[in-house]
Amino acid sequence: MNALTNRAKPVDRRKMNFLERIYLVAIFKGMMITFSHIFKKKPTINYPEKTRPFSPVFRGLHILNRDEEGRENCTACGLCAVACPAEAITMEAAERQPGEEDLYREEKYAARYEINMLRCIFCGLCEEACPKDAIYLSETFAPSDYQRKQFIYKKEDLLIPHPLKQPEEYKKALGNKVKREKAN
Amino acid sequence: MLLAIDMALVIEKLVLIVIVVMASLVIAMYTTFAERKVAAVLQDRRGPNRAGPFGILQPLADGLKLFFKEEIIPNFSSKALFILGPSLAMLTAIMTGAVIPWGDKVHFFNRDISLQIADVNMGILYVFAVVSMGVYGIMIGGWASNNKYSLMGALRAASQIISYELAMGISLIALLMVTGTLSLKEMVVAQQQGLWNIAYQPLGFLIFLICAFAECNRTPFDLAEAENELVGGYHVEYSSMKLGFYLFAEYVNMFISSVVMATLFFGGFDIPFLNEANYDQNWMALFGVLMLMAKVVGFIFLFMWVRWTIPRFRYDQLMNLGWKVLIPLALFNMLLTGALVLLKHNGWHF
Repeated sequence: MNALTNRAKPVDRRKMNFLERIYLVAIFKGMMITFSHIFKKKPTINYPEKTRPFSPVFRGLHILNRDEEGRENCTACGLCAVACPAEAITMEAAERQPGEEDLYREEKYAARYEINMLRCIFCGLCEEACPKDAIYLSETFAPSDYQRKQFIYKKEDLLIPHPLKQPEEYKKALGNKVKREKAN
Repeated sequence: MLLAIDMALVIEKLVLIVIVVMASLVIAMYTTFAERKVAAVLQDRRGPNRAGPFGILQPLADGLKLFFKEEIIPNFSSKALFILGPSLAMLTAIMTGAVIPWGDKVHFFNRDISLQIADVNMGILYVFAVVSMGVYGIMIGGWASNNKYSLMGALRAASQIISYELAMGISLIALLMVTGTLSLKEMVVAQQQGLWNIAYQPLGFLIFLICAFAECNRTPFDLAEAENELVGGYHVEYSSMKLGFYLFAEYVNMFISSVVMATLFFGGFDIPFLNEANYDQNWMALFGVLMLMAKVVGFIFLFMWVRWTIPRFRYDQLMNLGWKVLIPLALFNMLLTGALVLLKHNGWHF
């Protein structure tokens, strides 16, 4: 029978000599192998304290964007929902009332905006479809939970913190979005 | 006064007993932690590092967990024996510490206090007697559980200890021929003045070491609890702290056999290349204890290192090794040593 690969090695069927028969040498060799592993680098990452670095194109949880004055960008045009291959996005549009100019950037806004994170496949097509730069995928991934309904993210879960009222949180949430855009 | 009891002696011994028992328990506790850490680093893992800094509170957490587990005594077991099993295992494990010379004399309150609970003149025989009693804990537990796996584990433990005790005893006889004493203290003193016994008895040490692994039920001789064939062996039916006692007794045994090996073959509390008589007595006693502990730590590491390197023996291999290899080898070693000792007594020089 032909060997399928050239890596096959015939089994050594010689009789063991005395040194091999008392096994102590083999045991010693084996122990040296395990001992050498003490000094090997451990592949484990101490997770909650340390996280693995993400690539610049990593697609995590969605964020609904605001402009620099803190107004919501989203106009509830529905392009993201149409683009979504998993049909994870639902929204309801509403008209901006007089006096709400500091809340919403344009005359139409999303009164309800939900993403089902269990349906979402994190493809990023919503981000590409959005004409208003209102939605983008951040570098955090969906945390685990006990209930399915917790995975339907409401607008308040998705909105980025207000850049003027909560500047520090805003900065944190922004992450390296700027860097990513430059990379693109 | 006919019965003049030296109260100071009683207090001194009581304090020493408490210290030795506590120390062996604490060390055994941390040996469980060390086992997990050593296993982890040998397998490129990190091991427990969550409880406290570097995970040093892990053994406390483990103990606490065992205490809070439900205590189950199966109703098909014989209850008295079921409880006696782990108690006996623990008792015999701790009893051995009594004759071990932990260090030299210290001088406090105008008294020379020996760091040995009892300098029995047949010390090593006492150790052997108590250690082989330890198998009763396993046997009784396995029998009382009324479970086929427990029974098989207990049977294996019993036959294993009988097989390996023979070789161990014979290798010890050769050592006793060299030292000429059974008292552990005198052995250490002799090694302080001359070479360590390992120099005279390398083969004897090897046999003793292998048998010590078997006596402690450690891999590669852990057939009594072979998880993958006997589901855990003699302690299948045990839960909560009774299980904890069994596991703990194993670690105390490991500690004690490390101490015995260090004492018999590696000079006990002797500090190599140093003449203890030239320095302050108390400090030297302290360093001696630390030295003994260092040797013990080395042996315990060896126990773990072997455990995570070598797989378990098959039952027939175990018996073959015990009866067909170790006992003849130990007999040969004994004859050789006997002949050399005899020649030396008759004026031969080597």
